[in-house]
Amino acid sequence: MLAPMTTGLDPFKAEVVRWMRAHAPAALLGARRGAFDGYWGGRRATPSEDERVWMERCLERGWTAPGWPTQYGGGGLAPDQAEAVSQAMAELGLPPPLVGFGLAMIGPTLLDHGDEAQRARHLPSIVDGSIRWCQGYSEPEAGSDLASLRTRAEMDDDGDWRVSGQKVWTSHADASDWIFCLVRTLDDDQAPKQAGITFLLLDLSQEGVSTRPIELISGSSPFCEVFFDDARARADDVVGAVHGGWAIAKALLGYERTMIGAAMGGATDSAEADLVAFARAQLGAPKGPLPEASLRHDIASNAMAEAALRLTIERVRQSREAGGAPGPESSILKLVGSELKQRRHELAVRAAGPQGLGWEGPGFDEEELLRTREWLRSRANTIEGGTSEIQLGIIARRVLGLPKPSGQRG
Amino acid sequence: MSPLRLLPDEDERLLADTARPFFADRSPVGLVRELRGDPLGFPRELWGEVAELGLAGLALPEAHGGGGMGMRALCQVFEAAGRTLSPAPLHATLLPALLLTECGDEAQKGAWLPALCEGRAILGLAHSERGARYERLHVETMARTDAGSDGFVLEGDKVQVEAGPAADAFVVTARMQGDARQRQGVSAFLIPANEEGLEVRAQTRIDGRSSALLRLRGVRASRGAMIGPPGALADPLDRVLDLGAIAVAAEMLGGARAALELTLDHLKTRVQFGVVIGAFQALQHRAARLFAATELAASAVAAAAAHCDGDDPSDVPRMASLAKARAERAFLDVAKEGVQMFGGVGVTDEYDIGLYLKRAQAASATLGDEAWHTRRWANLTGY
Repeated sequence: MLAPMTTGLDPFKAEVVRWMRAHAPAALLGARRGAFDGYWGGRRATPSEDERVWMERCLERGWTAPGWPTQYGGGGLAPDQAEAVSQAMAELGLPPPLVGFGLAMIGPTLLDHGDEAQRARHLPSIVDGSIRWCQGYSEPEAGSDLASLRTRAEMDDDGDWRVSGQKVWTSHADASDWIFCLVRTLDDDQAPKQAGITFLLLDLSQEGVSTRPIELISGSSPFCEVFFDDARARADDVVGAVHGGWAIAKALLGYERTMIGAAMGGATDSAEADLVAFARAQLGAPKGPLPEASLRHDIASNAMAEAALRLTIERVRQSREAGGAPGPESSILKLVGSELKQRRHELAVRAAGPQGLGWEGPGFDEEELLRTREWLRSRANTIEGGTSEIQLGIIARRVLGLPKPSGQRG
Repeated sequence: MSPLRLLPDEDERLLADTARPFFADRSPVGLVRELRGDPLGFPRELWGEVAELGLAGLALPEAHGGGGMGMRALCQVFEAAGRTLSPAPLHATLLPALLLTECGDEAQKGAWLPALCEGRAILGLAHSERGARYERLHVETMARTDAGSDGFVLEGDKVQVEAGPAADAFVVTARMQGDARQRQGVSAFLIPANEEGLEVRAQTRIDGRSSALLRLRGVRASRGAMIGPPGALADPLDRVLDLGAIAVAAEMLGGARAALELTLDHLKTRVQFGVVIGAFQALQHRAARLFAATELAASAVAAAAAHCDGDDPSDVPRMASLAKARAERAFLDVAKEGVQMFGGVGVTDEYDIGLYLKRAQAASATLGDEAWHTRRWANLTGY
C-alpha cells in the first residue's frame, strides 16, 4: 500500500524532470553529493564550466530559489511545487545549482522580516549568485551565550552605523562579500542584554574589515575571524527595529536548523557501505563477517541509528507536506545527526588502528589520511550550529515543557 | 517509487483514537498488579471486549472473520496496548494465527481463525525452547512418524509459551529431521490443550505476562494436524517472527512514550532544594535524550510496518530488526532512567514506573534483543 504523498503534482514534477534531463550538463547527472554541496557564488567565485551553465539555466527559470517571488528572480512556485523541483534534482543526482547562506538563511529572513527596499536591494544578487553571504554571530566571549556579544555599532552624523569589534567561527568569511551580523547598540546597563542587539547587513569589501582563517585540529578550515575597525553599514541595512535584532536573530536560527537538518539527510545507505569497505580493507577481510566482532557490532548499531534518523527526517517532511508544522520530532535532527556522523568517523579511525594516526607524508595512503582528518573535523559537528548541550536544552524546554534551569538567565 | 507512508492515514488514526481510550479505561497500568497469582494472566472479559472491537483479528483475512487491515493499523493497536502495559494476549495469539493464515489448510483455518477473531478461542505458539536463546530455528522437540497410523508422535519441552495457561490449542513446532538449528526439517502441528501426554504449567515472569511451560511426552498428532508441507516451515516461520517482532516493537514504543510522560510529570512536580527537579540541567539533558531515542524508535516502527504493507516485502527482515532494536533502546533506556529519576519511590512496587521497567526487559528479550538484531542487520547487509 504505497500511497502517493502528493496528488496533482506528478505531471508538474514529470515536466521538471524532463526539463532537467534535457538541460543539465551531462557530467552533473549523478554527481550530486549532498543538499549543500554545490556552487556557492560570490564575487570571488571560480565555478567550473558545468557549474556555471547549470546555475544560469536554472536561473532563467527562477530555480536557484524556486519558492521565492518572481520579482526578485525566484521561481514563484507554491511550496509543494518548489519541493518537487528540489526532489527532482535529488532523484536525478544533480547538485543544487546554487547554495549558500544567502539562499538558506538571510534570504528567508528578509522575506519574512525585511522591508521591501531591503528585499529589492539584496535578494536578486542572492538569487543570481553574484553576492555570497556569511553569518556574523559568535564572538570570543559569546558562544552558546550568544546574547553576551560585544561588537559595538554607533550611529554617525549621517545616520549610518560605525561598527567595531570581532566575530569568530564565521564560515567562509574570506570568500564572502556581505555579512549579516548581530551588533550591540545598547550597553548592558541600559537594557537587558537581549534588548540591546541590532541585526545589521554589512559590505565586507571596505577598509575597516579584515578576515583571518582559523586553523583547526584537523588542519585548515572554512572558519574565520572577522575584525571590524570603524567599519560602515548603511542606516537602511538594519533588519527589524534598532535594538530589536534578537527576535530576527532567533528567526534566522530557525532557518539554520532547517538547513542543518536537511544536510543531515545526506548520510545515506552509502555511508554505511563506504565505512564497511574501508574496514574490510583495513582488516584484510574482503568478504564474510567482519572479523572484529565488537567493531562490526558498533558499525551496524550506528548505521541502524542513522537509518532511523533518515526515516525521522522523512517523517518530518511528510508531516510538513501534510500541511502541519513540523512535529516535535524535528527538534532532534541536529543533535542526533551530528552525534551519529561523529561516531561514524570514529569507527573509521578505530578500524584503521595505527594506520589512522597519519597527519601527512609517506606510510599512509590518501584515504587513511582523509579519514583521520574527517574524524578530527567531525569533533566540531556537535559544537557548531548550536552545541549538543544547547540542542538538549531546547528539546527539554520547548518540547518536553521543563522549566528554565535555576540560575540561567536568557 | 513514492516514499513509504510513515504517517497514519484516516482509518489508522481512527483506530488509534478507539484503542487508546479503550486500553486506558479497560486495561489500566495497575491491572498488572491486580492479576498477580491469576491462573490465566489476563481477564477473559477484557479479551472478549478486545474481540468485540474487532482488534483480536484485526490483521487476519476478512474471509475468516478478521479485519483485513495492514501492519500499520495493527501497530497502532499494539502501541495503544503498550502504553498501559495491557496483558491482553494480542501478541500471543497473533503469531499462531499468522502462521495458520499463511500455511494452514482451509479446514484448520475454518476451525480456529473465526473463533479466534471472535474471542471464543485462544491459540498459543509453542516454539521457544530452553537452549534456543534467540535462535529462531532452534527446535529440539521431535515429531516421529507414528507406527500405528499416518500421524506423528511429539516429544519435547517448550518454554515461556505466551498465553499458555489460557490457550485452547497450541501451534507446536517440532523437528522431523536434522540437528537443532538446521533450517530443513521443521514442521508445526495443531495440538489441543487437553491432548493426552501434554502437560501445561503456568510460569511466573517479572512482567506478569501469561506464560507456560509445555511438556510433550508421546503426544499424538494426526496427519490433519500438521500445518503446511512437512519439514519446510523455516521460511514462513521467519516471516511470522518478523511480523511478531515489529508488533512487539510497536508495543514497546507505546510503553516508552507512556513511561516518558510519567517521568516528565514527576520531573515537573517533585520539589527538592526548593525547585522542581525538572529545572536541573543534568536531568533535562537526559530527558531530552530519552525523547530523541523514542522518536527514532517511532520512525523505525512506522517504516517497518510500512514495508510490510508495501509491494516489496524483501526488506522486511532488516526493517524488523531495525524496529525491534531501536524500540529496545528507547523503552529500556526510558524505563531505567525513569526509575532513577523517580528516586527511592521508583524502586517501590507501589509506583508504576517499575512495572514499565519489568515489561521493557521482558519485551526486549522477546524475539531477539538489540544485540541479536544488530548482528542480524550486519548479516543481512552483507558484513
